[in-house]
Amino acid sequence: MILEVQNLNASYGAVRALKDVSLGVAEKGFCAVLGANGAGKTTLLRTLTGLHRAAGGRVLLEGEDLTRLPAERVVTRGLAHVPEGGGVITELTVEENLRLGGLWRRRRDRVALDEVLDLFPPLAQRISKSASTLSGGERQMLAIGRALMSRPKVLLLDEPSLGLAPLVTRQIFDLLRELRSSTGLTVVLVEQNANGALAVTDSGFVLNQGSVVASGPSAELLSDDRTRHAYLGF
Amino acid sequence: MTTFLNLTLNGLATGAVYAALALSLVIIYQATRLVNFAQPALALVAVYIAYTVSQMTGSYWIGFVAGLLSGLVAGALVERVVIRPIAKSSELNAIIVTLGLLLIVQGGVGMIWGNRQHGFPYAFDYVGRFSPADVFAVASVAVTALLLFGLYQFTPLGLRMRAAAFRPEAARLSGVKVGLMLTAGWAIASLIGALAGMLAGPPFISPNAFDGVFVYGITAAVIGGLDNPFGAVLGGVLIGLGMSYVSGYAGPELATLAALAIVVLVLSVRPDGILSRPAARKV
Repeated sequence: MILEVQNLNASYGAVRALKDVSLGVAEKGFCAVLGANGAGKTTLLRTLTGLHRAAGGRVLLEGEDLTRLPAERVVTRGLAHVPEGGGVITELTVEENLRLGGLWRRRRDRVALDEVLDLFPPLAQRISKSASTLSGGERQMLAIGRALMSRPKVLLLDEPSLGLAPLVTRQIFDLLRELRSSTGLTVVLVEQNANGALAVTDSGFVLNQGSVVASGPSAELLSDDRTRHAYLGF
Repeated sequence: MTTFLNLTLNGLATGAVYAALALSLVIIYQATRLVNFAQPALALVAVYIAYTVSQMTGSYWIGFVAGLLSGLVAGALVERVVIRPIAKSSELNAIIVTLGLLLIVQGGVGMIWGNRQHGFPYAFDYVGRFSPADVFAVASVAVTALLLFGLYQFTPLGLRMRAAAFRPEAARLSGVKVGLMLTAGWAIASLIGALAGMLAGPPFISPNAFDGVFVYGITAAVIGGLDNPFGAVLGGVLIGLGMSYVSGYAGPELATLAALAIVVLVLSVRPDGILSRPAARKV
């Protein structure tokens, strides 16, 4: 397990958003975290990368404890997080957004930029344009590209399909799968779009009210009618 | 025609000082959405330290550099010690705290250096039309503005600072130490504020020396657009020129009114200031 979460707890005031969440993601895995609105998916990612303080439990990346690290340090350990909506900085250019992602490395990593641009040709065409001129799909590409600039071991994505047309979502999902097979990157995909996510991932976890209620290979989750009806809504 | 030229040059020189103060306000506002009313206090400390160091060493320039450096340090200290602990509670709290800091520092400076006026020299000869001192004021502010632009636009530090200002959370996820960037912003802003103080101070400094200048500095920042450094410079020059023309052609007693008129005019046409980007603020 490259990423291991042990009994993770998190709360907002008196509300417990995560209750003893434990899960493991295999190296080079493509893993989905599913669940309805308010199930705790976003909180899970935010707690993993230190944007939200864990109230208990541990987060291990390749055995290294990241639980108490602030967000700006977590990324330097190899855990990258593309937040909900992408977090693209529209006041900056496409290139500045990308460069920002690799800035914490002392040495300038020209190769990473070229690789990312190869991966996302639309970004290469608009490299010096303001990020505000990008379409929704391109922004999501930029957000993913920026995260890849840090050369992460594990990439966490919070609802990349949000607000995108089904076709564009499909492209992004396929791209993530390609990325996983070409670079060996481990990808964790948080999604409300369970059907689409289970079609591309190889394993999945289902969250409900802050707890893991089901887990297993994606194909099994897809064929398990009870889980599907109860938690995934299709 | 000579009158016009004289007034223009004169306006540019005073406008440069307003522009520098406005810049120092805008840098902090951009990063924290906070109008730093303690800015003149920080400049005051810098100028008094410059005064003391000059007296001790006998060199204006050693004092000048000491003043700039103490501005830098004072800005960083205020952000770390005073602003950061309360910044999370509410913007209004922080603003009130900067106001309080202004009063405390002015009082403190009076206790240490006395409330009477001290002579504070010009950097260069100040006699005549567009004197060397005026040239220095305009040139130093212009160079500062250019350096600031270069820093923001072309350096990794500048990119980090902009990212931290626009989207702190996204910046953190990219490994930017947002808190450190805020401190850097305050330090740079206060350095520029200290420069403004050094230019505005002569011939005399006293604990309340910068009250008037600060009002025009804030005015310049507001009409330029509080979140745009170019706007700050433009606003400073505009206020400087406007006040110079009005006091030259209509009488110096109307200069303050001119500043007010410029504010009303500009804000009725562009309520967010000349160069602001209101859309960017909605995020």
